[in-house]
Amino acid sequence: MAIETKQILTIAQKEFWDRIRNRWVLAVTAIFIFFTFVITYFGASQQGVVGFSSIELTIASLVSLAIYLVPLISLILGYDAIVGERERGSLDLLLALPITRLELLLGKYLGLSAALVFSIIAGFGAVGVFLSYQLDLGALAQYASFVLSTILMGLSFLSLSVLISVLAANKTIASGTSIALWFLFVLIYDLVLLGILVVTEGQWGGDLFPFLLLLNPADIFRILNIFGLDQVKTLYGLATVFPKSLANPWLLNAAMFSWIIGPLGLAYWKFK
Amino acid sequence: MKSAIIEVKGVSKRYGEIHAVNAADLVIYKGEIFSLIGHNGAGKSTLFKMMLGLLQPTNGEILIRGKNVNGRAFREVKRRIGYLPENVVFYDHLTGIETLHFIGKLKGADLKTCPSLLDKMGLLKAARRPVRGYSKGMRQRLGFAQALLGEPEILFLDEPTTGLDPAGIREFYQFLQELKEQGVTIILSSHNLAQIQEQVDRIALMKMGDILTVGSVADLRQQLDLPLHIQVRLDPRAKDTLRQALSGFTECELDFGEGSLMVTCTTKQKMPLLTILATTEGVTDIQIQEPSLEDLFLGYVSRGATSQAVSALN
Repeated sequence: MAIETKQILTIAQKEFWDRIRNRWVLAVTAIFIFFTFVITYFGASQQGVVGFSSIELTIASLVSLAIYLVPLISLILGYDAIVGERERGSLDLLLALPITRLELLLGKYLGLSAALVFSIIAGFGAVGVFLSYQLDLGALAQYASFVLSTILMGLSFLSLSVLISVLAANKTIASGTSIALWFLFVLIYDLVLLGILVVTEGQWGGDLFPFLLLLNPADIFRILNIFGLDQVKTLYGLATVFPKSLANPWLLNAAMFSWIIGPLGLAYWKFK
Repeated sequence: MKSAIIEVKGVSKRYGEIHAVNAADLVIYKGEIFSLIGHNGAGKSTLFKMMLGLLQPTNGEILIRGKNVNGRAFREVKRRIGYLPENVVFYDHLTGIETLHFIGKLKGADLKTCPSLLDKMGLLKAARRPVRGYSKGMRQRLGFAQALLGEPEILFLDEPTTGLDPAGIREFYQFLQELKEQGVTIILSSHNLAQIQEQVDRIALMKMGDILTVGSVADLRQQLDLPLHIQVRLDPRAKDTLRQALSGFTECELDFGEGSLMVTCTTKQKMPLLTILATTEGVTDIQIQEPSLEDLFLGYVSRGATSQAVSALN
Protein backbone atom coordinates (compact mmCIF):
# COMPACT_ATOMS: atom_id res chain seq x y z
CA MET A 1 0.00 0.00 0.00
CA ALA A 2 1.24 3.44 -0.83
CA ILE A 3 2.64 5.25 2.18
CA GLU A 4 1.53 8.83 2.72
CA THR A 5 4.33 10.76 4.38
CA LYS A 6 1.92 13.50 5.38
CA GLN A 7 -0.03 11.12 7.61
CA ILE A 8 3.15 9.84 9.25
CA LEU A 9 4.33 13.38 9.92
CA THR A 10 0.99 14.45 11.40
CA ILE A 11 1.15 11.62 13.93
CA ALA A 12 4.86 12.18 14.58
CA GLN A 13 4.35 15.88 15.12
CA LYS A 14 1.63 15.27 17.69
CA GLU A 15 3.73 12.72 19.58
CA PHE A 16 6.72 15.05 19.64
CA TRP A 17 4.77 18.11 20.78
CA ASP A 18 2.97 16.04 23.40
CA ARG A 19 6.35 15.22 24.91
CA ILE A 20 7.43 18.86 24.78
CA ARG A 21 4.18 20.03 26.37
CA ASN A 22 4.10 17.54 29.17
CA ARG A 23 7.73 18.48 29.88
CA TRP A 24 9.00 14.98 29.23
CA VAL A 25 11.75 16.33 27.00
CA LEU A 26 12.66 18.97 29.54
CA ALA A 27 12.81 16.49 32.42
CA VAL A 28 14.88 13.90 30.54
CA THR A 29 17.26 16.54 29.21
CA ALA A 30 17.74 17.84 32.74
CA ILE A 31 18.45 14.33 34.00
CA PHE A 32 21.04 13.80 31.28
CA ILE A 33 22.72 17.14 31.91
CA PHE A 34 22.82 16.61 35.64
CA PHE A 35 24.31 13.11 35.50
CA THR A 36 26.70 13.95 32.70
CA PHE A 37 28.13 16.87 34.66
CA VAL A 38 28.42 14.82 37.81
CA ILE A 39 30.15 12.01 35.98
CA THR A 40 32.43 14.24 33.98
CA TYR A 41 33.71 15.89 37.12
CA PHE A 42 33.54 13.09 39.67
CA GLY A 43 33.58 10.00 37.45
CA ALA A 44 37.28 9.44 37.98
CA SER A 45 37.18 9.91 41.75
CA GLN A 46 37.54 6.15 42.21
CA GLN A 47 40.93 6.62 40.70
CA GLY A 48 41.55 9.40 43.16
CA VAL A 49 41.06 12.27 40.74
CA VAL A 50 38.39 14.95 40.75
CA GLY A 51 37.57 17.20 37.81
CA PHE A 52 37.70 16.54 34.13
CA SER A 53 40.58 14.17 33.50
CA SER A 54 40.59 12.69 30.03
CA ILE A 55 38.03 12.21 27.34
CA GLU A 56 38.54 8.47 27.43
CA LEU A 57 37.80 8.14 31.13
CA THR A 58 34.89 10.52 30.79
CA ILE A 59 33.36 8.56 27.95
CA ALA A 60 33.94 5.31 29.79
CA SER A 61 32.03 6.67 32.79
CA LEU A 62 29.31 8.11 30.59
CA VAL A 63 28.92 4.74 28.88
CA SER A 64 28.18 3.15 32.26
CA LEU A 65 25.63 5.86 32.95
CA ALA A 66 23.99 5.74 29.55
CA ILE A 67 23.75 1.97 29.54
CA TYR A 68 21.43 2.09 32.56
CA LEU A 69 19.58 5.29 31.92
CA VAL A 70 18.92 5.41 28.19
CA PRO A 71 17.31 1.95 27.80
CA LEU A 72 15.07 2.66 30.78
CA ILE A 73 14.00 6.05 29.48
CA SER A 74 13.41 4.68 25.97
CA LEU A 75 11.32 1.78 27.23
CA ILE A 76 9.21 4.07 29.40
CA LEU A 77 8.79 6.46 26.49
CA GLY A 78 7.32 3.93 24.09
CA TYR A 79 5.54 1.24 26.05
CA ASP A 80 2.08 2.78 25.78
CA ALA A 81 2.32 4.05 22.19
CA ILE A 82 -0.32 1.68 20.84
CA VAL A 83 -1.75 -0.03 23.90
CA GLY A 84 -2.43 3.40 25.41
CA GLU A 85 -4.54 4.42 22.43
CA ARG A 86 -6.28 1.08 22.49
CA GLU A 87 -7.07 1.31 26.19
CA ARG A 88 -8.23 4.90 25.91
CA GLY A 89 -10.54 3.95 23.05
CA SER A 90 -8.99 6.35 20.57
CA LEU A 91 -7.35 3.66 18.43
CA ASP A 92 -10.59 2.86 16.59
CA LEU A 93 -11.14 6.53 15.92
CA LEU A 94 -7.64 6.86 14.46
CA LEU A 95 -7.88 3.73 12.33
CA ALA A 96 -11.24 4.79 10.91
CA LEU A 97 -9.42 7.81 9.47
CA PRO A 98 -7.65 7.58 6.12
CA ILE A 99 -4.43 6.35 7.72
CA THR A 100 -2.91 2.89 7.48
CA ARG A 101 -1.63 0.93 10.44
CA LEU A 102 1.90 1.20 9.09
CA GLU A 103 1.65 4.99 8.88
CA LEU A 104 0.30 5.18 12.41
CA LEU A 105 3.08 2.98 13.76
CA LEU A 106 5.83 4.81 11.88
CA GLY A 107 4.40 8.16 12.92
CA LYS A 108 4.37 7.15 16.56
CA TYR A 109 7.91 5.80 16.36
CA LEU A 110 9.21 8.82 14.52
CA GLY A 111 7.62 11.30 16.93
CA LEU A 112 8.87 9.49 20.01
CA SER A 113 12.31 9.10 18.42
CA ALA A 114 12.43 12.82 17.79
CA ALA A 115 11.67 13.51 21.46
CA LEU A 116 14.32 11.01 22.57
CA VAL A 117 16.99 12.18 20.14
CA PHE A 118 16.30 15.79 21.03
CA SER A 119 16.76 15.04 24.75
CA ILE A 120 19.96 13.04 24.22
CA ILE A 121 21.51 15.68 21.99
CA ALA A 122 20.45 18.50 24.29
CA GLY A 123 21.54 16.63 27.43
CA PHE A 124 24.84 15.14 26.37
CA GLY A 125 25.44 17.88 23.84
CA ALA A 126 25.29 20.57 26.53
CA VAL A 127 28.18 18.90 28.29
CA GLY A 128 29.99 18.42 24.99
CA VAL A 129 29.78 22.15 24.31
CA PHE A 130 31.00 22.87 27.82
CA LEU A 131 33.96 20.52 27.38
CA SER A 132 34.77 21.65 23.88
CA TYR A 133 37.21 24.37 24.95
CA GLN A 134 39.50 21.82 26.58
CA LEU A 135 39.20 19.12 23.91
CA ASP A 136 40.94 18.74 20.60
CA LEU A 137 39.12 17.79 17.45
CA GLY A 138 39.84 14.09 17.80
CA ALA A 139 38.46 13.97 21.31
CA LEU A 140 35.38 15.89 20.20
CA ALA A 141 34.85 13.39 17.41
CA GLN A 142 35.13 10.61 19.97
CA TYR A 143 32.53 12.33 22.12
CA ALA A 144 30.26 12.85 19.12
CA SER A 145 30.47 9.20 18.21
CA PHE A 146 29.58 8.33 21.81
CA VAL A 147 26.47 10.54 21.56
CA LEU A 148 25.58 8.98 18.24
CA SER A 149 25.86 5.44 19.60
CA THR A 150 23.76 6.50 22.60
CA ILE A 151 21.09 7.67 20.17
CA LEU A 152 21.19 4.36 18.31
CA MET A 153 20.90 2.38 21.53
CA GLY A 154 17.97 4.57 22.58
CA LEU A 155 16.25 4.03 19.25
CA SER A 156 16.66 0.27 19.48
CA PHE A 157 15.11 0.13 22.95
CA LEU A 158 12.37 2.46 21.76
CA SER A 159 11.69 0.04 18.93
CA LEU A 160 11.43 -2.79 21.47
CA SER A 161 9.02 -0.79 23.59
CA VAL A 162 6.80 -0.06 20.59
CA LEU A 163 6.72 -3.80 19.91
CA ILE A 164 5.63 -4.34 23.52
CA SER A 165 2.94 -1.70 23.13
CA VAL A 166 1.52 -3.60 20.15
CA LEU A 167 1.63 -7.01 21.82
CA ALA A 168 0.50 -6.17 25.36
CA ALA A 169 -3.14 -6.62 26.28
CA ASN A 170 -3.10 -3.61 28.58
CA LYS A 171 -0.87 -0.83 29.87
CA THR A 172 -0.02 -2.60 33.12
CA ILE A 173 1.32 -5.62 31.26
CA ALA A 174 3.17 -3.33 28.87
CA SER A 175 4.91 -1.40 31.64
CA GLY A 176 5.76 -4.61 33.52
CA THR A 177 7.21 -6.19 30.39
CA SER A 178 9.25 -3.07 29.69
CA ILE A 179 10.82 -3.11 33.14
CA ALA A 180 11.47 -6.84 32.81
CA LEU A 181 13.20 -6.28 29.46
CA TRP A 182 15.32 -3.58 31.01
CA PHE A 183 16.44 -5.96 33.76
CA LEU A 184 17.09 -8.66 31.21
CA PHE A 185 19.16 -6.64 28.76
CA VAL A 186 20.91 -4.29 31.15
CA LEU A 187 21.49 -6.39 34.26
CA ILE A 188 20.87 -10.08 33.79
CA TYR A 189 22.12 -10.87 30.29
CA ASP A 190 25.79 -10.08 30.94
CA LEU A 191 25.74 -11.71 34.35
CA VAL A 192 24.39 -14.96 32.95
CA LEU A 193 26.92 -14.98 30.11
CA LEU A 194 29.73 -14.19 32.50
CA GLY A 195 28.47 -16.86 34.90
CA ILE A 196 28.47 -19.51 32.20
CA LEU A 197 31.92 -18.48 31.11
CA VAL A 198 33.27 -18.71 34.65
CA VAL A 199 31.48 -21.93 35.67
CA THR A 200 32.57 -23.79 32.53
CA GLU A 201 36.01 -22.20 32.77
CA GLY A 202 35.61 -20.98 29.22
CA GLN A 203 35.15 -24.53 27.93
CA TRP A 204 31.60 -24.03 26.78
CA GLY A 205 30.44 -21.66 24.12
CA GLY A 206 33.49 -19.45 24.22
CA ASP A 207 33.46 -19.00 20.46
CA LEU A 208 29.80 -18.19 20.50
CA PHE A 209 30.03 -15.42 23.07
CA PRO A 210 30.93 -12.55 20.80
CA PHE A 211 27.83 -13.32 18.76
CA LEU A 212 25.70 -13.63 21.86
CA LEU A 213 26.80 -10.14 22.81
CA LEU A 214 25.41 -8.88 19.52
CA LEU A 215 22.01 -10.14 20.63
CA ASN A 216 21.87 -7.38 23.21
CA PRO A 217 21.75 -3.76 22.03
CA ALA A 218 23.19 -2.59 25.35
CA ASP A 219 26.24 -4.79 24.80
CA ILE A 220 26.65 -3.56 21.24
CA PHE A 221 26.64 -0.05 22.62
CA ARG A 222 29.29 -0.92 25.18
CA ILE A 223 31.53 -2.60 22.63
CA LEU A 224 31.11 0.26 20.17
CA ASN A 225 32.42 2.68 22.73
CA ILE A 226 34.93 0.69 24.71
CA PHE A 227 36.92 -0.53 21.75
CA GLY A 228 37.84 2.95 20.78
CA LEU A 229 39.31 3.57 24.19
CA ASP A 230 42.56 1.79 24.83
CA GLN A 231 43.19 2.99 28.35
CA VAL A 232 39.95 1.75 29.75
CA LYS A 233 39.34 -1.45 27.85
CA THR A 234 40.55 -3.62 30.66
CA LEU A 235 38.12 -2.03 33.10
CA TYR A 236 35.18 -3.58 31.33
CA GLY A 237 34.95 -7.25 32.02
CA LEU A 238 32.83 -8.91 29.42
CA ALA A 239 33.56 -6.57 26.56
CA THR A 240 37.13 -7.77 26.68
CA VAL A 241 36.14 -11.26 25.54
CA PHE A 242 35.02 -9.66 22.35
CA PRO A 243 37.57 -10.43 19.63
CA LYS A 244 39.08 -7.46 17.90
CA SER A 245 38.29 -9.03 14.54
CA LEU A 246 34.58 -8.67 15.19
CA ALA A 247 34.87 -5.19 16.62
CA ASN A 248 34.27 -3.72 13.23
CA PRO A 249 32.14 -0.60 13.61
CA TRP A 250 30.25 -1.45 10.43
CA LEU A 251 29.25 -4.83 11.78
CA LEU A 252 28.37 -3.40 15.17
CA ASN A 253 26.33 -0.60 13.68
CA ALA A 254 24.60 -3.03 11.35
CA ALA A 255 23.69 -5.14 14.39
CA MET A 256 22.39 -2.03 16.13
CA PHE A 257 20.31 -1.04 13.11
CA SER A 258 18.79 -4.47 12.94
CA TRP A 259 17.79 -3.95 16.58
CA ILE A 260 15.96 -0.82 15.47
CA ILE A 261 14.31 -2.24 12.38
CA GLY A 262 13.67 -5.79 13.62
CA PRO A 263 11.32 -5.10 16.56
CA LEU A 264 9.59 -2.35 14.60
CA GLY A 265 8.99 -4.70 11.68
CA LEU A 266 7.69 -7.35 14.03
CA ALA A 267 5.45 -4.75 15.66
CA TYR A 268 3.95 -3.87 12.29
CA TRP A 269 3.43 -7.50 11.40
CA LYS A 270 1.59 -8.09 14.68
CA PHE A 271 -0.33 -4.82 14.48
CA LYS A 272 -1.59 -5.64 11.03
CA MET B 1 -34.18 5.39 -7.76
CA LYS B 2 -32.43 4.34 -4.57
CA SER B 3 -28.76 3.61 -5.01
CA ALA B 4 -26.86 1.31 -2.69
CA ILE B 5 -23.97 2.97 -0.87
CA ILE B 6 -23.08 0.16 1.55
CA GLU B 7 -23.35 -3.52 0.66
CA VAL B 8 -22.78 -6.19 3.27
CA LYS B 9 -22.48 -9.54 1.55
CA GLY B 10 -22.59 -12.74 3.57
CA VAL B 11 -20.43 -11.29 6.32
CA SER B 12 -19.53 -13.39 9.36
CA LYS B 13 -17.20 -12.76 12.24
CA ARG B 14 -16.13 -15.60 14.48
CA TYR B 15 -13.99 -15.47 17.58
CA GLY B 16 -13.17 -19.13 18.12
CA GLU B 17 -16.49 -20.73 18.96
CA ILE B 18 -18.32 -17.45 19.30
CA HIS B 19 -20.26 -16.23 16.27
CA ALA B 20 -20.32 -12.48 16.73
CA VAL B 21 -21.97 -11.94 13.34
CA ASN B 22 -23.58 -14.66 11.22
CA ALA B 23 -23.75 -14.44 7.43
CA ALA B 24 -25.15 -10.92 7.46
CA ASP B 25 -26.59 -9.47 4.25
CA LEU B 26 -27.55 -5.85 4.18
CA VAL B 27 -27.91 -2.99 1.73
CA ILE B 28 -27.92 0.61 2.91
CA TYR B 29 -29.07 3.26 0.45
CA LYS B 30 -27.66 6.68 -0.19
CA GLY B 31 -29.25 9.40 1.90
CA GLU B 32 -31.12 7.28 4.40
CA ILE B 33 -30.90 7.16 8.16
CA PHE B 34 -30.33 3.57 9.01
CA SER B 35 -30.16 2.06 12.44
CA LEU B 36 -28.78 -1.15 13.87
CA ILE B 37 -30.65 -2.17 16.98
CA GLY B 38 -30.29 -5.09 19.34
CA HIS B 39 -29.26 -6.06 22.84
CA ASN B 40 -25.72 -5.71 24.07
CA GLY B 41 -23.70 -8.43 22.42
CA ALA B 42 -26.11 -8.75 19.49
CA GLY B 43 -23.28 -7.99 17.08
CA LYS B 44 -24.05 -4.34 16.30
CA SER B 45 -20.64 -2.99 17.24
CA THR B 46 -18.85 -5.84 15.49
CA LEU B 47 -20.78 -5.20 12.29
CA PHE B 48 -20.14 -1.47 12.69
CA LYS B 49 -16.43 -2.02 13.03
CA MET B 50 -16.34 -4.37 10.06
CA MET B 51 -18.12 -1.75 7.95
CA LEU B 52 -15.35 0.70 8.83
CA GLY B 53 -12.62 -1.79 8.03
CA LEU B 54 -11.48 -1.87 11.68
CA LEU B 55 -12.16 -5.60 11.90
CA GLN B 56 -11.60 -8.12 9.16
CA PRO B 57 -14.64 -10.35 8.50
CA THR B 58 -14.06 -14.09 8.82
CA ASN B 59 -16.21 -14.57 5.71
CA GLY B 60 -17.89 -12.35 3.17
CA GLU B 61 -17.15 -8.81 2.08
CA ILE B 62 -18.36 -5.29 2.66
CA LEU B 63 -18.39 -2.68 -0.09
CA ILE B 64 -18.78 1.03 0.48
CA ARG B 65 -19.32 3.02 -2.70
CA GLY B 66 -18.29 -0.12 -4.52
CA LYS B 67 -14.91 -0.39 -2.76
CA ASN B 68 -14.01 -3.25 -0.45
CA VAL B 69 -13.47 -1.81 3.02
CA ASN B 70 -10.40 -3.98 3.50
CA GLY B 71 -8.96 -3.05 0.11
CA ARG B 72 -6.39 -0.47 -0.90
CA ALA B 73 -8.84 1.81 -2.64
CA PHE B 74 -10.82 2.29 0.58
CA ARG B 75 -8.55 5.08 1.82
CA GLU B 76 -10.10 7.55 -0.61
CA VAL B 77 -13.60 6.53 0.50
CA LYS B 78 -12.59 6.95 4.15
CA ARG B 79 -11.86 10.65 3.63
CA ARG B 80 -15.60 11.15 3.26
CA ILE B 81 -16.64 8.95 6.16
CA GLY B 82 -17.29 10.33 9.62
CA TYR B 83 -17.17 8.05 12.63
CA LEU B 84 -18.22 8.63 16.20
CA PRO B 85 -17.19 5.62 18.29
CA GLU B 86 -19.14 4.53 21.33
CA ASN B 87 -17.78 6.25 24.45
CA VAL B 88 -15.38 8.33 22.42
CA VAL B 89 -12.30 9.41 24.32
CA PHE B 90 -10.00 12.16 23.18
CA TYR B 91 -6.58 13.33 24.24
CA ASP B 92 -7.15 15.12 27.52
CA HIS B 93 -4.36 17.63 27.11
CA LEU B 94 -5.43 18.86 23.67
CA THR B 95 -7.96 21.65 23.40
CA GLY B 96 -11.16 21.26 21.40
CA ILE B 97 -9.77 23.11 18.42
CA GLU B 98 -6.46 21.21 18.55
CA THR B 99 -8.36 17.93 18.57
CA LEU B 100 -10.23 18.95 15.43
CA HIS B 101 -7.04 20.15 13.77
CA PHE B 102 -5.28 16.86 14.47
CA ILE B 103 -8.12 14.69 13.17
CA GLY B 104 -8.85 17.10 10.34
CA LYS B 105 -5.26 16.95 9.13
CA LEU B 106 -5.34 13.16 9.06
CA LYS B 107 -8.61 13.29 7.20
CA GLY B 108 -7.37 15.84 4.71
CA ALA B 109 -10.22 18.17 5.68
CA ASP B 110 -10.28 21.93 5.29
CA LEU B 111 -9.12 23.12 8.73
CA LYS B 112 -10.84 26.47 8.25
CA THR B 113 -14.15 24.74 8.92
CA CYS B 114 -13.11 23.76 12.47
CA PRO B 115 -14.35 26.88 14.30
CA SER B 116 -17.72 26.78 12.56
CA LEU B 117 -18.12 23.09 13.42
CA LEU B 118 -17.39 23.86 17.05
CA ASP B 119 -19.84 26.73 16.89
CA LYS B 120 -22.53 24.46 15.46
CA MET B 121 -21.97 22.06 18.35
CA GLY B 122 -22.09 24.88 20.91
CA LEU B 123 -18.44 24.46 21.80
CA LEU B 124 -16.92 27.63 20.40
CA LYS B 125 -16.41 29.16 23.84
CA ALA B 126 -14.67 26.01 25.04
CA ALA B 127 -12.56 25.72 21.88
CA ARG B 128 -9.33 26.76 23.58
CA ARG B 129 -9.87 24.77 26.75
CA PRO B 130 -8.27 21.34 27.21
CA VAL B 131 -10.69 18.47 26.69
CA ARG B 132 -9.78 17.38 30.24
CA GLY B 133 -12.29 19.90 31.55
CA TYR B 134 -15.14 18.97 29.19
CA SER B 135 -18.34 17.40 30.50
CA LYS B 136 -19.57 14.11 29.09
CA GLY B 137 -22.04 15.93 26.88
CA MET B 138 -19.37 18.31 25.60
CA ARG B 139 -17.10 15.42 24.72
CA GLN B 140 -19.93 13.80 22.82
CA ARG B 141 -20.50 17.06 20.92
CA LEU B 142 -16.80 17.26 20.14
CA GLY B 143 -17.01 13.69 18.93
CA PHE B 144 -19.81 14.67 16.63
CA ALA B 145 -17.89 17.71 15.41
CA GLN B 146 -14.87 15.58 14.46
CA ALA B 147 -17.14 13.11 12.65
CA LEU B 148 -18.36 16.02 10.51
CA LEU B 149 -14.86 17.06 9.40
CA GLY B 150 -14.27 16.81 5.68
CA GLU B 151 -17.95 17.00 4.67
CA PRO B 152 -18.66 13.30 5.08
CA GLU B 153 -20.96 11.45 2.72
CA ILE B 154 -21.46 8.70 5.25
CA LEU B 155 -21.69 9.02 9.01
CA PHE B 156 -21.28 6.10 11.39
CA LEU B 157 -22.57 7.00 14.83
CA ASP B 158 -22.28 4.45 17.61
CA GLU B 159 -24.64 5.33 20.48
CA PRO B 160 -24.47 9.02 19.57
CA THR B 161 -26.77 10.44 22.22
CA THR B 162 -24.94 9.02 25.22
CA GLY B 163 -24.36 11.77 27.74
CA LEU B 164 -26.60 14.34 26.04
CA ASP B 165 -29.44 15.99 27.94
CA PRO B 166 -32.98 15.92 26.48
CA ALA B 167 -32.55 19.29 24.76
CA GLY B 168 -29.23 18.14 23.36
CA ILE B 169 -30.80 14.96 22.06
CA ARG B 170 -33.54 16.86 20.29
CA GLU B 171 -31.00 19.24 18.74
CA PHE B 172 -28.92 16.29 17.69
CA TYR B 173 -31.76 14.62 15.83
CA GLN B 174 -32.76 17.88 14.20
CA PHE B 175 -29.24 18.16 12.99
CA LEU B 176 -29.31 14.61 11.65
CA GLN B 177 -32.41 15.46 9.62
CA GLU B 178 -30.61 18.49 8.15
CA LEU B 179 -27.69 16.30 7.16
CA LYS B 180 -30.03 13.80 5.62
CA GLU B 181 -31.56 16.56 3.53
CA GLN B 182 -28.08 17.35 2.27
CA GLY B 183 -27.82 13.75 1.08
CA VAL B 184 -25.63 12.36 3.87
CA THR B 185 -26.14 8.68 4.63
CA ILE B 186 -26.31 8.05 8.36
CA ILE B 187 -25.86 4.73 10.10
CA LEU B 188 -26.44 4.74 13.82
CA SER B 189 -26.74 2.25 16.59
CA SER B 190 -28.71 2.91 19.72
CA HIS B 191 -30.18 1.22 22.74
CA ASN B 192 -32.76 3.90 23.09
CA LEU B 193 -35.48 2.65 20.78
CA ALA B 194 -38.07 5.20 21.84
CA GLN B 195 -35.67 7.94 20.73
CA ILE B 196 -34.85 6.64 17.31
CA GLN B 197 -38.19 5.29 16.13
CA GLU B 198 -39.30 8.69 14.85
CA GLN B 199 -35.92 9.50 13.34
CA VAL B 200 -34.79 6.57 11.27
CA ASP B 201 -35.85 5.45 7.81
CA ARG B 202 -34.99 1.82 8.20
CA ILE B 203 -33.84 -0.54 10.89
CA ALA B 204 -31.90 -3.77 11.04
CA LEU B 205 -32.80 -5.78 14.08
CA MET B 206 -29.97 -7.92 15.38
CA LYS B 207 -29.94 -10.76 17.85
CA MET B 208 -27.03 -13.00 18.75
CA GLY B 209 -25.17 -12.20 15.56
CA ASP B 210 -28.16 -12.63 13.25
CA ILE B 211 -30.01 -9.93 11.39
CA LEU B 212 -33.60 -10.88 12.21
CA THR B 213 -35.28 -8.36 9.96
CA VAL B 214 -34.73 -5.16 8.02
CA GLY B 215 -37.30 -2.51 7.23
CA SER B 216 -38.99 0.73 8.24
CA VAL B 217 -40.83 0.90 11.54
CA ALA B 218 -44.10 0.72 9.55
CA ASP B 219 -42.83 -2.38 7.69
CA LEU B 220 -41.95 -4.04 10.95
CA ARG B 221 -45.37 -3.22 12.40
CA GLN B 222 -47.02 -4.80 9.41
CA GLN B 223 -44.78 -7.87 9.49
CA LEU B 224 -45.34 -8.55 13.15
CA ASP B 225 -48.94 -7.39 13.37
CA LEU B 226 -48.67 -6.67 17.05
CA PRO B 227 -51.88 -5.51 18.77
CA LEU B 228 -52.40 -1.79 19.13
CA HIS B 229 -54.17 0.01 21.93
CA ILE B 230 -56.92 2.59 21.68
CA GLN B 231 -57.55 4.66 24.77
CA VAL B 232 -61.05 6.17 24.86
CA ARG B 233 -62.46 8.78 27.24
CA LEU B 234 -66.22 8.86 27.54
CA ASP B 235 -69.16 10.13 29.45
CA PRO B 236 -70.00 7.32 31.96
CA ARG B 237 -73.60 7.45 30.73
CA ALA B 238 -72.48 6.43 27.23
CA LYS B 239 -70.89 3.22 28.49
CA ASP B 240 -73.82 0.92 27.68
CA THR B 241 -74.44 2.46 24.27
CA LEU B 242 -70.81 1.95 23.42
CA ARG B 243 -70.74 -1.60 24.72
CA GLN B 244 -73.71 -2.30 22.46
CA ALA B 245 -72.11 -0.67 19.44
CA LEU B 246 -68.89 -2.65 19.82
CA SER B 247 -70.52 -6.01 20.46
CA GLY B 248 -69.56 -7.15 16.96
CA PHE B 249 -65.82 -6.88 17.66
CA THR B 250 -65.48 -10.20 19.40
CA GLU B 251 -61.74 -10.48 18.72
CA CYS B 252 -60.98 -7.22 20.45
CA GLU B 253 -60.28 -6.92 24.11
CA LEU B 254 -62.51 -4.29 25.70
CA ASP B 255 -61.68 -3.05 29.14
CA PHE B 256 -64.23 -0.59 30.51
CA GLY B 257 -63.33 1.63 33.42
CA GLU B 258 -65.02 4.58 35.09
CA GLY B 259 -65.29 7.05 32.18
CA SER B 260 -62.74 5.23 30.09
CA LEU B 261 -62.29 2.33 27.73
CA MET B 262 -59.12 0.57 26.65
CA VAL B 263 -59.38 -1.40 23.40
CA THR B 264 -56.70 -3.84 22.32
CA CYS B 265 -57.09 -4.88 18.69
CA THR B 266 -55.28 -5.77 15.49
CA THR B 267 -54.32 -3.26 12.82
CA LYS B 268 -57.04 -4.61 10.53
CA GLN B 269 -59.76 -3.71 13.04
CA LYS B 270 -58.41 -0.25 13.68
CA MET B 271 -60.34 1.72 11.07
CA PRO B 272 -63.80 0.12 11.58
CA LEU B 273 -63.40 0.60 15.32
CA LEU B 274 -62.39 4.22 14.98
CA THR B 275 -65.38 4.93 12.74
CA ILE B 276 -67.76 3.68 15.43
CA LEU B 277 -65.92 5.39 18.27
CA ALA B 278 -65.84 8.71 16.46
CA THR B 279 -69.57 8.68 15.78
CA THR B 280 -70.78 7.45 19.16
CA GLU B 281 -72.21 10.18 21.31
CA GLY B 282 -70.48 10.62 24.65
CA VAL B 283 -66.99 9.71 23.43
CA THR B 284 -64.85 12.69 24.35
CA ASP B 285 -61.33 11.66 23.33
CA ILE B 286 -59.54 8.93 21.39
CA GLN B 287 -55.83 8.12 21.61
CA ILE B 288 -54.16 5.48 19.51
CA GLN B 289 -51.01 3.78 20.73
CA GLU B 290 -49.29 1.99 17.90
CA PRO B 291 -46.84 -0.69 19.02
CA SER B 292 -43.57 1.10 19.76
CA LEU B 293 -40.24 0.10 18.34
CA GLU B 294 -39.53 -1.42 21.70
CA ASP B 295 -42.67 -3.58 21.46
CA LEU B 296 -41.65 -4.63 17.96
CA PHE B 297 -38.15 -5.37 19.12
CA LEU B 298 -39.34 -7.48 22.02
CA GLY B 299 -41.89 -9.14 19.75
CA TYR B 300 -39.20 -10.12 17.28
CA VAL B 301 -36.75 -11.23 19.89
CA SER B 302 -39.30 -13.46 21.62
CA ARG B 303 -40.51 -14.81 18.29
CA GLY B 304 -36.92 -15.58 17.38
CA ALA B 305 -36.54 -17.33 20.72
CA THR B 306 -39.66 -19.41 20.07
CA SER B 307 -38.56 -20.47 16.61
CA GLN B 308 -35.14 -21.33 17.99
CA ALA B 309 -36.74 -23.43 20.70
CA VAL B 310 -38.87 -25.19 18.07
CA SER B 311 -35.88 -25.91 15.86
CA ALA B 312 -34.00 -27.19 18.90
CA LEU B 313 -36.87 -29.61 19.57
CA ASN B 314 -36.80 -30.84 15.99
